[in-house]
Amino acid sequence: MSSAPGIAFQILQSVFVVLAAPLLVGWVNQCRAWLQNRSAPSILLPYYTLAKLFNKDAVFAHDASPIFRWTPYILFGCMWLAAGIVPVLATGLPFAPAADIIALVGVFALARMFSALAAMDIGTSFGGLGARREMLIGFLAEPAMLMTLFTAAFMSGSTQLTTIVDTLAHREFALYPSLAFAAVAFLMVLLAENARIPIDNPTTHLELTMVHEALILEYSARHLALIEWAVAIKLFAYMTIGIALFAPWGIADAGDWSALPYAFAALAGKLALAGAGLALIETLLAKLRLFLAPEFLSTAFLLAVLGMLTHFLVKG
Amino acid sequence: MEIALVLGVPLLGALLLALAGHRSWAPELNATMSFATFFATTLLTARVIAGGTMVWLDERFIVDPSNVLLVALAGLLREQFFVDPFNVFLVALTAFVGFTTALFSRPYMRTEQDHGRVNPARLRLYHSMYQLFTFTMLLCLLSNNVGVMWVAMEGATLSTVLLVSLYRTPASLEAAWKYFILCSVGLAQALFGTILLYFAAEKVLGPGGTALLWTHLHQVRGQLEPTVLSLAFVFLLVGYGTKVGLVPLHNWLPDAHAEGPTPISAVLSGLLLNVALYAVVRSKVLVDGALGRNFSGGLMMGFGLLSVVVAAFFLSRQRDIKRMFAYSSVEHMGIMTFAFGMGGAVAAFAGLLHMTVHSLTKSAIFFTVGHASQAAGTQNMDSIRGLIQTSPTLGWGLVLGSLAILGLPPFGVFTSEFMVLTTAMHEHSWATPFLLVALVVAFASIFGRVQPMVFGETTAQRLPRGPALVPVFAHLAIVLALGLYIPPYLVGWYRQAAALIG
Amino acid sequence: MAIPLLAQLVNVLAAFLLLIAFAMLSQRRVLTLIKLLAWQGAALATSTAIVAWSTGQTHLYYSALITVLLKVILIPWVLHRLIDRLFVRWDIETLINIPTTMLIGIGLVIFAFALATPISQMATTLTRSTLGIALASVLLSFLMMIVRQKAVPQVIGFLAMENGLFFAATSATYGMPLVVELGVALDVLVGTFIFGIFFFHIRERFDSLDIRHMEKLKED
Repeated sequence: MSSAPGIAFQILQSVFVVLAAPLLVGWVNQCRAWLQNRSAPSILLPYYTLAKLFNKDAVFAHDASPIFRWTPYILFGCMWLAAGIVPVLATGLPFAPAADIIALVGVFALARMFSALAAMDIGTSFGGLGARREMLIGFLAEPAMLMTLFTAAFMSGSTQLTTIVDTLAHREFALYPSLAFAAVAFLMVLLAENARIPIDNPTTHLELTMVHEALILEYSARHLALIEWAVAIKLFAYMTIGIALFAPWGIADAGDWSALPYAFAALAGKLALAGAGLALIETLLAKLRLFLAPEFLSTAFLLAVLGMLTHFLVKG
Repeated sequence: MEIALVLGVPLLGALLLALAGHRSWAPELNATMSFATFFATTLLTARVIAGGTMVWLDERFIVDPSNVLLVALAGLLREQFFVDPFNVFLVALTAFVGFTTALFSRPYMRTEQDHGRVNPARLRLYHSMYQLFTFTMLLCLLSNNVGVMWVAMEGATLSTVLLVSLYRTPASLEAAWKYFILCSVGLAQALFGTILLYFAAEKVLGPGGTALLWTHLHQVRGQLEPTVLSLAFVFLLVGYGTKVGLVPLHNWLPDAHAEGPTPISAVLSGLLLNVALYAVVRSKVLVDGALGRNFSGGLMMGFGLLSVVVAAFFLSRQRDIKRMFAYSSVEHMGIMTFAFGMGGAVAAFAGLLHMTVHSLTKSAIFFTVGHASQAAGTQNMDSIRGLIQTSPTLGWGLVLGSLAILGLPPFGVFTSEFMVLTTAMHEHSWATPFLLVALVVAFASIFGRVQPMVFGETTAQRLPRGPALVPVFAHLAIVLALGLYIPPYLVGWYRQAAALIG
Repeated sequence: MAIPLLAQLVNVLAAFLLLIAFAMLSQRRVLTLIKLLAWQGAALATSTAIVAWSTGQTHLYYSALITVLLKVILIPWVLHRLIDRLFVRWDIETLINIPTTMLIGIGLVIFAFALATPISQMATTLTRSTLGIALASVLLSFLMMIVRQKAVPQVIGFLAMENGLFFAATSATYGMPLVVELGVALDVLVGTFIFGIFFFHIRERFDSLDIRHMEKLKED
């Protein structure tokens, strides 16, 4: 599979992910605007924002260390890597052996660690506050995420994301309560990890509640653009992981060019639905107080564990 | 047909007393219905002595096939009841103590009414529930269906819970709530055990009615799945054991005994605990068939021994006289559980005998205690003094009853405890020191408490209404007689029962 | 691996029951607890009806019907009326904080599954695998009764436990004989009414339904 078509597929997928991620964010924002009876911004707005930011001059704090400068690149790299190895369009890609679920969680954790370090680097109070909150959420979300992935891994007998997707995509249809539990848990983790309502509100800078925005308060220009872009890719990656685990139908095999249009269409449809769903959730729910976040995430963990246990008991 | 009578009379009594339980003659009606029940059980006992084990409705019972309703009813009741030497003796005992307690409750409840602790509406509840309680216990004993046995046991809880809180004092409400919650939760475990039992039986006997019938289960007990049955027994033991009052599931027992009206304490201690133990032993027989004796016996011996020891030490710390004797009940139920756990003909014989004498003695003690605390106006033992002055018969009743329950030689309790101890020495010698220490501690604490209550100086007045002491001395006389001489037919009867369960 | 669709449905309902048991454990509001109880009853009745349909056991239809009448309509309604009359709308305080309770709950589920697995393997019924879930929801209700301080949630825990037992009966054995089920249903009904009477008595005496007031009877 490491032949030329495989590599072509891999490159295609990686480029596609990076280019499509802001579109997804735009789509979610648009949906949310509709649902909240506002006039929607253009779906391409994230691209304009990125372009605008890239054209500005970067400003740094006097005592910023190299960590602060590097972090946007590391973040972007991590997210790109993650999105590149998740089977988005096709299974069996050359990078697929790297797409181990534990490695994947590790990549996300690396990104989180650097963003927390960078936030503390300047020494402003908001940075420290944001870093602390971010680490709290991450500390609780990570086990839930792992448990969710393990449920799927147990069902297919492998921690390789590709194998999991392969197994799940080609099984006969059946109702799997364990996967339902895992799906709900995953959704909760997705909301928490991507700084969405009810854990965080991506559109405010209210110092009492902000988590993610506090982390990146000191960034400007191209660095901010990279981070925003990385955030978009992260959302994209999470959504594609969710799709791969819980609705993998229609994914192509590597090298199978004929299946590609179909895979594209299926992915676009599923992402559109998922984005609309995310907007709906954000509209319906209110933000939780920060100290309720542990409860929210422990519920996610609980559901994930239940899913795993249910799998062992009812074999499904 | 006698079975229908035994169950029908208390049910009818419950209905009648639900309508007329507040009238001035209701206590007499209550006693009459209890006597009628007792009379019906003597008929049943005579029938069983003559004809041996019987199942009702059996195939000899034929109904008019044209009457659809009757046929359906007969189908529903087919083989639902059975009598063998084990349960018939408990049925007779239950009906007898039920009757004597009704006699005792006549003046007792009237005095309580004079003191303003109960009003006519509550007396109606009391009388009706008393009969219903008798009914549920008899149903539990006579039912051949393990599921119905559970239903009846839960019914016994439900019918007594409002009796425990009859006085509506904060303490009695608390006791009743505890009783209700703990026993319901306990019985829920027993229901799970019953479900597991059915689950195991269904594979052998097929789904439907017969898979819960004890007689059928008994026949196929060797074929039941051991893993399932062992789990089922754990749940059944914990569940019914809560009702037996085994430590550590005994928390409800002292409270319920201390805060309820004394006649209810007497029947709870004397009868309900026996019935619950009966359910445990019935389950044990089935499990032993599938697993051999070690598993269930070991568990029961463990629980029994723990109950004996813990209860004996708690005994010494009580101030409330009814609480103290409630702990004594826990101790004695522990001895019985231990005896049945050891198994074998002698131990089972001793267990059955102990069931009989304990139930008679303990209810007699509660009768005297009830009158004594009524006269003193308190249940606190430090305030009850000089019973021998106010009412010599009452005082002697308490002394004799306490001596009997402590296992002093001429009384029947001595015989059964002696048999339990000797069997334990032979088969499980490690357990004997615990038993002996517990008995000694219990002896010291009860005797030390009773002695000043009976012989001390007092200023208390006699009650205007004379106590009903006939039941006390009747019970004690029987216990004494059983200690001196057990009639051969009773021995035969116990032996048969012991053979069934040992 | 191929499990018939109906059995899969029962499995899903079983998972739903387990979820409700946890939801009850984490729930702070009494009204929501009552709603959850009704939902649990509905899931129970549905699964009973599915088992009845797939196995052709007519008596299970009756027990499904009884479940609907009793546990989805009557008892929640009675409880609702009760708390309306008693003005108990407070949030419940728990003895242990909720995440810890959840962790204990997970432990109980694992215990229940471990206990039930050898038995499930022996069962011949289609829905045998749900026995562990039934046992787990019984234990979880038990936990709920332990950690809750007020009378009403304790009763709801008790009823939830009964639901779990009922589910065990239908899932492991296709239901107990009808006589027994009727008897159990009667006991539950009478029990609920007695609980109701109790609430008034307790309220009258203690001016509260907090059972911490009822800890006077203790050994010194």
